[in-house]
Amino acid sequence: MPRELLKGNEAMAEAAIRVGLEAYFGYPITPQTEILEWMSRRMPELGRVFVQAESELGAVNMVYGAACTGARVMSSSSSPGVSLMMEGLSYIAGTELPVVLIDIMRGGPGLGNIAPSQGDYNQMVHGGGHGDYHPIVLAPATVQEAVDLTVEAFDLAEKYRNLVFVVADGNVGQIMEPAELPAMREVKRATPEWALTGAEGRERRFLSSIYIDPVYEEVTNKRLQERWLEIQQNEVRYREYYLEDADLVVIGFGTAGRIALTAVRAARAEGIRAGLLRPVALSPYPYAAIDELAKRASAFLVVEMNAGQMLEDVQRAVAGRVPVDFYGRMGGMVPFPDEILDEIRRVAREPRAQADPRVAWLKRLEKVLPH
Amino acid sequence: MAATEQLVYERPHSLSETPNSYCPGCTHGVAHHLIAEVLDEMNLRERTIGVAPVGCSVFAYNYFNMDFAEAAHGRAPAMATGLKRLQPGRIVFTYQGDGDLASIGMGEIVHAAGRGELITVIFINNANYGMTGGQMAPTTLPGQKTTSSPYGRDVETAGYPIRMAELLATLEGAAYVVRRSLHDPKNIRLAKKALHTAFEAQVRGLGFSMVELLSTCPTNWGLTPLEALKWLEQNMLPAFPLGDYKVSPSLAGTRP
Repeated sequence: MPRELLKGNEAMAEAAIRVGLEAYFGYPITPQTEILEWMSRRMPELGRVFVQAESELGAVNMVYGAACTGARVMSSSSSPGVSLMMEGLSYIAGTELPVVLIDIMRGGPGLGNIAPSQGDYNQMVHGGGHGDYHPIVLAPATVQEAVDLTVEAFDLAEKYRNLVFVVADGNVGQIMEPAELPAMREVKRATPEWALTGAEGRERRFLSSIYIDPVYEEVTNKRLQERWLEIQQNEVRYREYYLEDADLVVIGFGTAGRIALTAVRAARAEGIRAGLLRPVALSPYPYAAIDELAKRASAFLVVEMNAGQMLEDVQRAVAGRVPVDFYGRMGGMVPFPDEILDEIRRVAREPRAQADPRVAWLKRLEKVLPH
Repeated sequence: MAATEQLVYERPHSLSETPNSYCPGCTHGVAHHLIAEVLDEMNLRERTIGVAPVGCSVFAYNYFNMDFAEAAHGRAPAMATGLKRLQPGRIVFTYQGDGDLASIGMGEIVHAAGRGELITVIFINNANYGMTGGQMAPTTLPGQKTTSSPYGRDVETAGYPIRMAELLATLEGAAYVVRRSLHDPKNIRLAKKALHTAFEAQVRGLGFSMVELLSTCPTNWGLTPLEALKWLEQNMLPAFPLGDYKVSPSLAGTRP
C-alpha cells in the first residue's frame, strides 16, 4: 500500500477496520474523538456495527456483550473515560474475552486537560480494575507504529483471549505523518467454541466472570496467571538505538521515547556514549533486556510524560546495580529535546546513586515552571 | 384396558433442571417459569441469548436452558446491546431487579430504550435489594422499613419511588412497556400474555420492550409467602399501577 499523510487517530481507526473490525462502541472524549468519528462514517458504509454509547461505561459493556459472540470488537477513549471503563475491563478479563481498547492519554489527574500525557501507565499496565489480571499493553511512538500495533493488537487479543490496550499519548493520536495502512481484508466471522450464538442443536453455553465457589475462582485465577506467564515469554517488544556501546542508557516510551531519541543523537554528536531503549510493549515489560544493560552501562535515565510511573519498573530491573535517574514532565507538558539533552549531559557528567531520583528532579523542575 | 395417558404439564424446555437458589415463596421462580413457557411456545429457545443481572437472579444463567451472559451490576442493557447488534437474528433479553435496573443501571436502561434497542427486558420490582439482605431500593415505598431505611423511607431525605414503566414509556424507541404483577393466578396469566407480546415486539423488530413484574420478597419483607402476596396487593399496586404504558400500534391483535 502507498504511504499516505495520516492523522494518528484516524490511521488507527482505519487500520482496525481493514483487519476485520466487526463492531465499534465508543463515546466522545478529546483527544481521541477522531477515532469515534471515523468509525461513525466508515462502519455503517461497510455494513458493520457502530454505536455511540451513552457513556464509557455503556461503551465498555457493549464491547463486553459483543465480544461474547466471538466477533472482532473494540472501543477507544482517553484517560478519564478509560478510568470509567475499568469496571467493564475487569469483567472482560475475568470472562477471558478478546477485546482491544485504544487509550489516547491526556493530562490528569481528574478532568486535567486535553494535552498529551503518559499518566495512564500505572492504570493500564499495573491494573486499574479489581482483581488479578494482566492486559497486553502496546505503546506506539509514531503513526506507522500506531497502525502496526493496532493490527497486531487484534491477533494478540484472539490468540490469548486477553485484553490488549494500545496506549498512545495525545501526540500520537493528533500528529499527522506519512504511514502505510494495511490492505483491506475480509471480515473473518470466526465463531469460537465458547461464543454465544444461541443454543441451536447444541448444549447451552454461558459466559461469566462469576465463580461463586472460591475454589473455582482460584482455578480461573491460576489459568489467568499461567496465560500471563506465556505472554511474558512470547510478547516482549522493544526497540534499541545506539545501545551496542552505550554507557548511559535512556529509557522512554511513546512520544517521550521519540523525543529522547533526538536528544540521544545530539548527545552522541557531543561524544557522549548514550543509547535509548524504547519499550514498545509496556506489558509484558522488557525486564530481561534492562537487566542485561544494567550489567554493562554505568547509568540509566528514565524519561516520561508523568511523575515516574515506569521508573519503578526500570528500578526493579536494574535492582540498584547502577544509578537510575529520572526526568519527567507532567500534566500534559511535553519535554523538548534540549531538556532531555541537558539531563543526559548531567547524568553523563555525574551519575548519582539516589534512593529516589524524583526528589532532586522536582527541585530541577522548579527552574522551568512558572512561579 | 390401559388408560390413555394425556400429558397435561411438563417442565418447559427453556428451563434447565438446576435447583434454584430462591427463597420459598419468592416470585422469581414464577417469573422464570413464565419466560420459559413463552419462549417454548414461541419456539425461540434455540435462538435466544439471555443476560443475567447482579442481584438474587445472578444465577439465572444456570436456571434457563439457553445461551446466557452474566453482566456487571446494572449493565445488562449495554451488554445486551452488544450481543444483539452482533447477532441481529437472535432474541436477546435481560432479566433485572430494581436495584440493578432502576438505580445503578439507570443510564444503561434509559439509553437502550431511547435507542429502540431490539431487546426485551424483564424487570423484577420487589421494592428492595434482595440479595444483599433487603436494603432500600429506588422502588422502596415511602415509609417502608428496610435494613438501610430502619425508620421507614423518609421522602425528605431519600426521595420517592421511581416508576420505571411510566418513565421509559415516554421514549420513542420503546415499542412495548407494561407493568404486571405476580400476586395471584389471574395476574400471573396476564403477566404471561405480556411477556409473549414483549418477545413478539422484538421478533417483529418494533423496538425496545419491557415487562415490569411486581414481585414479592417474603424473606426480606419479614412476611410469610401468603402475607407477602397480600402486602404486594395492598401496598405496591397503589404505588405502581398495573397497565399498558406504551404499546406500539403495530402490536394490535398479537395477544395469544
